[in-house]
Amino acid sequence: MRNYFAIVCKELYGFFVSPIAYAVLGVFFAVSGYFFFGITTSLIERVQQMGFQSQQFGSAPPPVDVFSAIMSSFFSVISTIFLLLMPLITMGVFAEEKKRGTVELLFTSPLTHLQLILGKFTAVMVFLLVMLVPTILNLCLLYFYSDPLPPLSPVLNGFLGAFLLGGSLLSLGIFASSLTESQIVAGILSFGFFIILWVVDWMAGTGSTLANEVLRYLSIMNHYEDFTRGVLDTSHVFFYLSLIFIGLFLTSVSLNSPKWRS
Amino acid sequence: MIEVEHLTKRYGLLAAIEDVSFQVRQGEILGFLGPNGAGKTTTMRILAGFFPATEGRAVVAGYDVFEHPLEAKSRVGYLPESPPLYTEMTVDSYLRFVATIKGVAGAETPDRMEIVKDRCGLAGQGERLIKHLSKGYRQRVGLAQALIHDPDVLILDEPTIGLDPRQIIEFRELIGSLRGEHTIILSTHILPEVSMTCDRVIIISRGRIVAVDSPRNLTSRMQGGEQIDLTVGGDGSRVNELLGGLPHVTRVAVEEAGNGLSSVLVEADGQAEVRHAVARQVIRGGLDLYELKVRSVSLEDVFVELTTEEETSEGTFREGEDPDREGEAAS
Repeated sequence: MRNYFAIVCKELYGFFVSPIAYAVLGVFFAVSGYFFFGITTSLIERVQQMGFQSQQFGSAPPPVDVFSAIMSSFFSVISTIFLLLMPLITMGVFAEEKKRGTVELLFTSPLTHLQLILGKFTAVMVFLLVMLVPTILNLCLLYFYSDPLPPLSPVLNGFLGAFLLGGSLLSLGIFASSLTESQIVAGILSFGFFIILWVVDWMAGTGSTLANEVLRYLSIMNHYEDFTRGVLDTSHVFFYLSLIFIGLFLTSVSLNSPKWRS
Repeated sequence: MIEVEHLTKRYGLLAAIEDVSFQVRQGEILGFLGPNGAGKTTTMRILAGFFPATEGRAVVAGYDVFEHPLEAKSRVGYLPESPPLYTEMTVDSYLRFVATIKGVAGAETPDRMEIVKDRCGLAGQGERLIKHLSKGYRQRVGLAQALIHDPDVLILDEPTIGLDPRQIIEFRELIGSLRGEHTIILSTHILPEVSMTCDRVIIISRGRIVAVDSPRNLTSRMQGGEQIDLTVGGDGSRVNELLGGLPHVTRVAVEEAGNGLSSVLVEADGQAEVRHAVARQVIRGGLDLYELKVRSVSLEDVFVELTTEEETSEGTFREGEDPDREGEAAS
């Protein structure tokens, strides 16, 4: 347990002294903030237009759940930003250790691979939280201006979805990083993994054979949609947890392979 | 303290080391000598538990490296060829991290850190970022890292590479000061380093051990007999008759060196001491003796001989024919 915490702390320390972390955080806050602003203003304009239209026809304006609408668009946008930024967080996780030779220290210390992998994974998950938590501010703003106050559970679902999706991407990214000593290659590999998992359901088309169903099931974005709509479905949670497990398991296989240590 | 039996490591078809066996006793400093690519690093990495061997057994501090890796690793300090440093950390935070993953108890960590910093000449450097340190200081941090958990066995892979001459001397003294407390294996391709610091030498070439012995035994075995270089003034042609008749002298070769001087090479058989007899004879013969020195076969010669003729030589030369001999050498 001590070893595990030592790895977590070391990784977090490494993140927060590296410019990559600040670049990622900065870009994430800027882009997500911009989209939040854009989504909110365009939605408000539309609602106003709808108000004018209904005034012309002399009827009462239809009730619009602005909060939920903004939320679901916002979480969709976050997922796309994740696809682009997550590889930057994970690409160095193992590749950099290998490049610097510090892997010789880690592998000759009385550490298990489980402690090492879980420690590193925990650290990137903490980083993910650091990314996500400030976005709560955006939603708070919106929440307190809503009348009546909207239910909170959809927001929590959205965050849970973002957290799980982020975790899956990070876990696969760590696996990519364990395959090479070049951060760039690791980053490119992660992009590859993510894009395939993103578009895999396009290949499925509209057919309903077993293969098509499987392809559709594998799409990481399909599972995410329900979260953005505020629906909690345990099968989606299970999907992401399995993906995280698979990523970490493959990492351990990769670390054990003799080729890794040559 | 360390037992290695029939260790073989293959990368695909290529064998990096083949059938390597040796032992290291407690407190001994063993030098691992060989040209680049001979398999030194591979052997050391196996001992440190970095990767497993293809075949064979390695026991370190009583634990089999493959069967009980965690126990073995917690008793080994390893300094790879390039020190494994997190350059964004300070010396203190780095050492604290290493202490934790090496299993040093939390309460002991500050003490251990002070001790190793003191030992490695890092006192007062604790707050500095490793990336701002010079190569020599980084090497010290690397050694401090290997010592932090007070390991029984210390494995140092080319510890003096890239250091300037003064740093090399300091580093050697540092290693010498660890003698007796830790069992040390160090690899190098710098020969004087071995003769200065090591009790015993293993010469490895193309993945095989070609010689194991103390530096002194290696050189004297190689030499066969004593060779003496003389510079004499006077009638050089008389040197042969003067010295040729001395007991134990097997050969005398004279060469004009100009300025009325001659340089002479005298060879004697066995380990017989003939220097004084030679000197006396030269003076008695009415010649002037300008210089007399014993030509010693350096470890360099042994090394070159063993690593180049390895293909053709009938047998490798090894200790163990008479175990007493080594005791003599060490005493």
